[in-house]
Amino acid sequence: MSSHNIRISVNEKTYRSTVDSRITLLDFLRNDLSLTGTHVGCEHGVCGACSILYDGTPVRSCSLLAIQADKRQITTVEGLCNADGSPGVLQKAFCDAHAMQCGYCTPGMLISAHALLEQNSNPSADEIKESIGGNLCRCTGYIQIIEAVQLASQRLRNSR
Amino acid sequence: MKSAPFDYVLAKSIYEATRYLAEGEGEAAVLAGGQTLMPMLSMRMARPSVLVDINGITDLSGIEENNTAIEIKACTRQTELLNSPIVKYHLPLLAQALTFVGHSQTRNRGTIGGSLAHADPASEIPLVALALDAEICLSHVESSRQIPATEFFLGPMMTVCEPTELLVSVHFPLTKKESRVGTGFHEMSERHGDFALVAAAAKIELDNKGSCIDAAIALGGVDGTPVRVTALEKKLRSNGISDNTLESAMELAIPEILEDLNPVSDQHATADYRKRIAAILALRAINDAITEAKGNIA
Repeated sequence: MSSHNIRISVNEKTYRSTVDSRITLLDFLRNDLSLTGTHVGCEHGVCGACSILYDGTPVRSCSLLAIQADKRQITTVEGLCNADGSPGVLQKAFCDAHAMQCGYCTPGMLISAHALLEQNSNPSADEIKESIGGNLCRCTGYIQIIEAVQLASQRLRNSR
Repeated sequence: MKSAPFDYVLAKSIYEATRYLAEGEGEAAVLAGGQTLMPMLSMRMARPSVLVDINGITDLSGIEENNTAIEIKACTRQTELLNSPIVKYHLPLLAQALTFVGHSQTRNRGTIGGSLAHADPASEIPLVALALDAEICLSHVESSRQIPATEFFLGPMMTVCEPTELLVSVHFPLTKKESRVGTGFHEMSERHGDFALVAAAAKIELDNKGSCIDAAIALGGVDGTPVRVTALEKKLRSNGISDNTLESAMELAIPEILEDLNPVSDQHATADYRKRIAAILALRAINDAITEAKGNIA
C-alpha cells in the first residue's frame, strides 16, 4: 500500500499529513484531524451523513480518498459555525425549527442546505427537497428540516 | 467496511493512465468519480492492486460539438452535463435521464464514462447511449478503438472494455437540424435517485406529414444489459404515425415487449411486474416523444 504526502485546507486551516492510499477523506477528517462533526453512516455513498464541501461543492466524503483532497479546500459542518464557535444562522434555524431528533443525519443535511442557500437565497420547498434528496433521515420525516431551511433562508435575507 | 489495501497513482495524461493500466496486468482499476468504485472497495467487492486516478487529466473532461457528433469526454461530471446548454439542445434525452441519476452530491462527482464502464443494467446513462446510437472510444497504451453502444455492453457490469483499456469519450451522433425529433424518458424506482426497476427511453423522428420515419426505443432493468426493442421500432416505422395511430402503436407495443423481454425477479420486483411496468413506461416515453416531435413540426 502506498502512502502519500498531502496538503489540505479544512475550514480555512491548512494541514499537512501523510496518508495511506486507502484512507477515505471521511476517516482522515475524523481520525487524523479529530473533526468528528462529519458522521460515518453507510460508508458506501447512500446515506449522505458524511457530506462535505469539496472546493465548495457538496460531495460524499466516504466516496473520496484523502489523497484526492490534496491541494483542495474542504468545508465540514464545523466550518458552518460563526467565528466564535457559536452555531451559524443555518445551524440555529435547525435548533429553532426542531429539525433533528437523533442528530445523525444533521451534519449532512446542514452541508446540503448550506450549498443550496449559497446558490439560491430563496429556495422553494421543492428545491429544498431536491437538494437534501441524497440525505437520509429516519427520525423527522423531513418536514421540520425543510422548514428549518426556509427559516434560515428568511433570516439570511432579512439580515442583508 | 474499509477497503483492502491498494496502491494509488495519479495519472497526468491519457497515455500515462493507459501505461499504468498496462503495468497493472488486469489488477488495476480506474478511479473516475468514484461513486460506484469507492462503495465497491468499501464492501470489498473490488480488490484492485492499484487505483489509477484519472481526475487530473484535463483531456478527459469537457463537451465538444463538431459537424457530425457531440463528443463527451469520459471524466465529465454528471452535474456539468445537466447544466450544459449543448446537452440540453442536442441531447435532450440525456438531459432528461440525468435528473434520475443519483442525487446532486453524487452527480457532482459521478462521471459519464464511469457510469458507462460500470454498466449497471438498470442505470440511465448506458440506456441513453444505446438509444442514441452512441459510440464509445477506448484507449489502450498502443492503440484505440471505437465501439458502438450496441456492442459495448455484454452483461450485468460487463463490457468489452479490457482491464488494460481506458474509456476516454463517448460520441453521440448529431440529429439533422431539419428533422422533427422528439424524445421521452420514463422510469420507475423505489425512491427518486435509486437505480431504476425499469427505465424507458424513446426517440422518434417524424416527417413533415407527421409520419414516423425513425424510432429508437430502449429499455433498462429488463435484462443483463440495456436493450433496444427493435421489433417495436420497426412497427412504429412501418405503420407511420398520425394522430389516430398512437393508440394502435400502444396496442402493438404491449404484446411485443412482453414477448421478448427477459427480466429477473429479485427482492425489488418480480419479473412479471418488470414486464408490465416496461410496457407502460415504454408507451409513456413514446407518447412524450411523439407529442414533442409534433410540436417541432413547423
